[in-house]
Amino acid sequence: MAATTQTKMRTAIAIGCLFASAALIWFAWVKPMLEDTSGVDFGRGDYILQGSDGQPFTQQTLKNGPTAVFFGFTHCPDVCPTTLADIALWQDELGPAADNLQVYFVTVDPERDTVDLLGDYVGWVDGVVGVSGSVAEIEKAKKAFRIFSRKVPLSDGGYSMDHSAYVMLFDKRGEFFEPIGYQEDLNRVMAKLNRLLGG
Amino acid sequence: MFRPFGLPKVKPMKTKMKLLAALVALGAPAMADDMAPVTQDTLTLTDGYAYATLPNQPVAGGFLTIANGGEADDHLVAAASDIAGVTQIHAMMMDGGVMVMRELADGLPLPAGETVVLQSGGLHLMFMQLNGPLVAGETVAVTLRFENAGEVAIDLPIRKKMAGGMDHSATGGH
Repeated sequence: MAATTQTKMRTAIAIGCLFASAALIWFAWVKPMLEDTSGVDFGRGDYILQGSDGQPFTQQTLKNGPTAVFFGFTHCPDVCPTTLADIALWQDELGPAADNLQVYFVTVDPERDTVDLLGDYVGWVDGVVGVSGSVAEIEKAKKAFRIFSRKVPLSDGGYSMDHSAYVMLFDKRGEFFEPIGYQEDLNRVMAKLNRLLGG
Repeated sequence: MFRPFGLPKVKPMKTKMKLLAALVALGAPAMADDMAPVTQDTLTLTDGYAYATLPNQPVAGGFLTIANGGEADDHLVAAASDIAGVTQIHAMMMDGGVMVMRELADGLPLPAGETVVLQSGGLHLMFMQLNGPLVAGETVAVTLRFENAGEVAIDLPIRKKMAGGMDHSATGGH
């Protein structure tokens, strides 16, 4: 019985830690990052990454917009596939206008996600380009886009990643337009996309 | 703002309600991707599913609902599947746009009289080191180990990955 109680305690502690981690991440990193408007604009930086379309991905890429940029990773059971499925739905809703929106999926896990591997992964949705590069360049890109991510160790010796999970929209000149939250209401998303593509 | 959600969705369910739910379930047309309810000891397992994987996706989530109709607490201690080198139990939440995930190395409590839902966006079984893709229409065989109820084998139907969450008004429209 003592062991049982201990197990339950440990599970309760694990769930408590999840909430504590979330709060810590928010107050220690994400909130200050989002409020720090003193630096460069979203997406501006000297990162040089590679796209699965064979093109480099730099701040210049955004100037051939409008674009939608999402940061994720392939060892992601739920949020990243769901976001890709959402993007496919948005494209479907947009119809031919979807061709005017270039979508980029940038990995926060460059050690495991190569450009080729990402290309196949995002290739599930038409026209989405997978983006990877060196750890240092990904770090620069994360800073430029105000993206939070960090490794979380797992008991089998592997790791998962906590990461910002919104889609960032940029207009045709590469100026930050608006974010789309995870699982945001479809009508609101379509209103944003229509404004972006109509503008 | 700090707005945690998605974890863990626990709601009490009285025996009468469960009977009602079972009757409703019996009356509902059986869908091809529905899991037949599994009962063992005081636990009833329903609504199990997984999603088809994307190309090169090395991990996948498994979901189900576990109702503990007994008067004693139980505990989901571990899960295993032949499709994965490692299967873990994870808790996930979205926090201010950041996805945060933690392994529940000591499992998941199943309090007496309550129902715990493992679903997209929250608690899930985490299949890692997948041996191959998860294909829509097939099933994933999973063995769950409970502290009191012992081992339970279930088959999670694999669903096509659909856009998540939203009530899609245009489902029939395009």
